[in-house]
Amino acid sequence: MSNKLMSEEQVVAELRSGMTIGIGGWGSRRKPMSLVRAIARSELRDLTVVAYGGPDVGLLCAAGKVRRLVYGFVSLDTIALEPHFRAARQAGAIESVEYDEGMLYWGLYAAANRLPFLPTRAGLGSGVMRTNPDLRTIVSPYGDGEELVAMPALRLDAALVHLNRADAAGNGQFLGPDPYFDDLFCMAAERAYLSCERVVPTEELAAAAPLSTLRVARWMVHGVVEAPGGAHFTSCVPDYERDEAFQRAYVEAAGDPERWQEFAARFLAGDEAGYQRAVAQWQNDEVVA
Amino acid sequence: MSIVTATRAEICAAACADAWRGDGELLASPFGTIPTVGARLARATFEPDLLLTDGEAAFAAGTWPVGEQPRRREGYVPFRSIFELVWSGRRHVMMIPSQLDRAGNANISCIGEDYDRPKVQLLGVRGAPGNTVSHPTSYWIPRHSPRALVERVDMVAGVGPAAAAAAGPAAERFLDLRVVVTDLAVLDFRGAGGTLRLRSLHPGVTLEQVQAATGFELATDGEPATTRLPSDEELRLIREVIDPRGLREREVPSA
Repeated sequence: MSNKLMSEEQVVAELRSGMTIGIGGWGSRRKPMSLVRAIARSELRDLTVVAYGGPDVGLLCAAGKVRRLVYGFVSLDTIALEPHFRAARQAGAIESVEYDEGMLYWGLYAAANRLPFLPTRAGLGSGVMRTNPDLRTIVSPYGDGEELVAMPALRLDAALVHLNRADAAGNGQFLGPDPYFDDLFCMAAERAYLSCERVVPTEELAAAAPLSTLRVARWMVHGVVEAPGGAHFTSCVPDYERDEAFQRAYVEAAGDPERWQEFAARFLAGDEAGYQRAVAQWQNDEVVA
Repeated sequence: MSIVTATRAEICAAACADAWRGDGELLASPFGTIPTVGARLARATFEPDLLLTDGEAAFAAGTWPVGEQPRRREGYVPFRSIFELVWSGRRHVMMIPSQLDRAGNANISCIGEDYDRPKVQLLGVRGAPGNTVSHPTSYWIPRHSPRALVERVDMVAGVGPAAAAAAGPAAERFLDLRVVVTDLAVLDFRGAGGTLRLRSLHPGVTLEQVQAATGFELATDGEPATTRLPSDEELRLIREVIDPRGLREREVPSA
């Protein structure tokens, strides 16, 4: 089996400006943040981002990387609204392609199965038909004659997902409660990059948990990044919960341009190792305070 | 007649519970504290077959306090399988709209006339478009105000009856808007052309109060009824079992 191990920087080097990039996870849960941080400090720009959005979307908006956002929501879960996403929308800085979250699922599923579209009831009668003038409906060719939304395939140039464990070949394992849509993101993409808390020998995957936790298979994956703490500050249970204190600090900093500059300089200017060191230092300061 | 006095929050919780009355074996999906109390109350009393989740990926069994994890789980329901429940109609959601308009359209997406540069960006439409055209939908408005109940929403996330009718039979087929519970009253969608209508006033609330807190003229059908009080057993369940920490009072404080 081929060894697909690479670094965050090597993943970014395979991406291009203008690409459509899908990001796995959900809200502020199990987001591939180390890869997102690497994109945020790269030269990439004009990206189309497809996500069940959380701070991944926020950070990329703050870094000016997003030209178009394809989403159903952007939220930090315990904090309902994502500040950078809000600011970007309210400034008219990003193009908004807003779908019902089930339409997003269907678009990824269509892309994964090489279908041009899939029919759905979701979206009918709602504002998404107005704000997405390219959306088409289709009349059922059967006796019912129902006119449904033809949700177009959401084909991705690249997908980024973060899982608990993987082997070097790209077999990925979720150990938390929910696989979210990570395998679909991978299958909808030309190239999928999987980061994980720990790379382990293949036999350890099957020994650790039932095979049903191996939701991402190596045939879907082009690159594997070992990124302990790579989902921080989002949750990656059972390895760690969401860092609520840090998420609050992120939101507070985002509310003020000067404080955001400080935050970015302290946490986001360096590489991933630098980020993890800065977070550890911050956590240490918090305990002392 | 109840011998103990129910708070407004408890009256709201019982009204929310009533939203799921008669639903049988489907997923009750409450948003907000009081609807969550209501859903658990409904299952603990008159709708024992309702399904509830732990907010993550499990069906939860039994009755457990709000703000805590359930002790027993009875099934696996990751986010992806929620769409199976939604699209098959086996769910009744109670959402919190930022705006709800006269025509029964709900908005949780963004506020302002320019969609490309909204005045206030909120969550996004989330699952509201698909929910409303697929399965029973109710709403919870913790603060009944002209900002929440508006003449016309800026973005239709949850589809109202007229918008569904305009979109055609496929949008109308499973549209099933039930009730709107607010901190002042219970509304339904039985006004002319599926518009909002006052169903009942909570005890102690006047019609004038509700009209003043509504951003459009609310239809009424003669003398409005009074929202029922929770029974003694319901109050005991709310206070001792489902919400012993009194979180409901934070959502709707007692006057």
